[in-house]
Amino acid sequence: MTRSSDFAIRTRGLRKLFSGKVAVRNLTLDVPRGEVFGFLGPNGAGKSTSVKMLLGLVFPTSGDAEILGRPVGDVTTRRRIGFLPEHFRFYDWLTPAELLKLHGRLYGMSRARLRERVPVLLDLVGLTPHRDKHLRDFSKGMLQRIGLAQALLNEPDLIFLDEPTSGLDPVGRRLVRDIIKAQRDRGASVLLNSHLLGEVEVTCNRVAFIRDGEVVETRQLDDNDEVQTTVSIRAAKVTPEIVGGLARWSRSVRTEEERLTLSVSSGAAVPEIVRHLVANGAEIYEVTPQRLSLEERFLEIVGSDGGL
Amino acid sequence: MGVWIMAGVTFREAARKKMLWMALAAGGGFLILFGTGLHFQAKDFAAHGMSPVLRREISFTMVTMGLYAVDLLAVVMTILTSIDTVSGEIASGTIQAIATKPVPRWQLLLGKWLGFCGMLTGYIAIMVGGVNTVTYVIAGVTARHLARGLSLMWMESIVLLSVTFAFATYFSALTTGVLTLGLHGLAFLGGWIEQFGAITQTSRAVNVGIIASILMPSEALWRRAAFEMQSPLANVMRISPFSTLSVPSLAMVFYALLYLAIALIVAVRRFSQRDL
Repeated sequence: MTRSSDFAIRTRGLRKLFSGKVAVRNLTLDVPRGEVFGFLGPNGAGKSTSVKMLLGLVFPTSGDAEILGRPVGDVTTRRRIGFLPEHFRFYDWLTPAELLKLHGRLYGMSRARLRERVPVLLDLVGLTPHRDKHLRDFSKGMLQRIGLAQALLNEPDLIFLDEPTSGLDPVGRRLVRDIIKAQRDRGASVLLNSHLLGEVEVTCNRVAFIRDGEVVETRQLDDNDEVQTTVSIRAAKVTPEIVGGLARWSRSVRTEEERLTLSVSSGAAVPEIVRHLVANGAEIYEVTPQRLSLEERFLEIVGSDGGL
Repeated sequence: MGVWIMAGVTFREAARKKMLWMALAAGGGFLILFGTGLHFQAKDFAAHGMSPVLRREISFTMVTMGLYAVDLLAVVMTILTSIDTVSGEIASGTIQAIATKPVPRWQLLLGKWLGFCGMLTGYIAIMVGGVNTVTYVIAGVTARHLARGLSLMWMESIVLLSVTFAFATYFSALTTGVLTLGLHGLAFLGGWIEQFGAITQTSRAVNVGIIASILMPSEALWRRAAFEMQSPLANVMRISPFSTLSVPSLAMVFYALLYLAIALIVAVRRFSQRDL
């Protein structure tokens, strides 16, 4: 039996209206601890509002949410949370070390721990040579890096990263990927909100597609058997009865001469389909399972207009 | 703890952004101008052999005039420096990384408020002290009940600060500035209507002024401060432009205190309950 404390994030029917307009319709989500979870959707799908509700920045109109087993908004739970906002803004008259110290003190960290932690983080994000500059003199990429360091200050159990690679060059993006992996390896959970699907595909265990403020699909990325797959089969002697029998595994079966194309929700279905075809007398020449790329699935869900 | 961290950051921000130093530099310029004027006036009085009583009364009026200018500077500084701190940080998103830390929102807001209180206290104390030092050195007089006057002038700024904070939790920085200055303008005008009403003995005009002070008691605090700091003779004979015929009562001072507290409570409650 799963307990709510087994989940980093758990929401039930979370809804947010802004002046009567629906921003998030019905967000129901379970993110187990230790998972890197991707949050995907077109502009205006409600991703940022959802993240803000989970962080207690925006109050939900209805529904429930728990973070690390505690209700959203619980102040003490925030000691265990890190957050990089999409547009990280801060007091630009501070130096990076001063910014980290300020945020560390807000986390309740001791001066001794900050003395030890701040140089490590500046080093991690490659800002040690710039430690005496003011943030107003930083480039967008450098600001993103200090924002990331700020999100890791307290060695959080749950980290929200909202577009962490925006403004970063390829080296910076690689750094973010490595940091996310390192966080996962130490057991932290990460909620990654990003438009860069390739990046999500590489770093996340699972993703949720959100559209019109609702999760329309969640997809496992680190288990090939549990991934939506298109299977292309070249076979002879395929009767209408055989095609009808494929409905057990797929609702969309296309036939074109000797070519059968069907979409299945799991790669594990492929051997069963082959057994079904052979048992009913079909002669198989070729079976090609094609995992649907995240980008293809994203476009399928949001449409070519990008949800606009 | 969060309160003091935010108070410290707010104070440091004012200093680092040079707001505090610029305000003090402008204040220093004002004190030099004021001292120069007073110096020449004192010299001319001595040359013309003016009576010591009249000389003293004119010097008292000069003190009040200097303090009136300080009051005006403090009002402008209070509003201009604080309008952006809450609404600006909400609009820019700066508050997001701060408000997700394990510090209740009321502490964040109260900390900012305290930071500004500290800065304004320092500014008003330096400026009021400066005016009194200059007049004491040059003309040998200081304001009559200096501590009372200083407290009332300080309170006027804190009332305006609290109102600015309350509006800033609802509106943009610009709207907040317009609303707070507008309310203070209303109180300023109401104060003059009350004075003319007292001169012409029109009780309804006096009531209009009192209603304006109820809507915003900032100007009433200055008029009470002026009454406390002027010489008794100026108050009785109405010989100074700062003499007041209708002195705001102590009840009005307590009302202003209540007004300040309510504005602060509204700001804290709204900030704690609104989306960021």
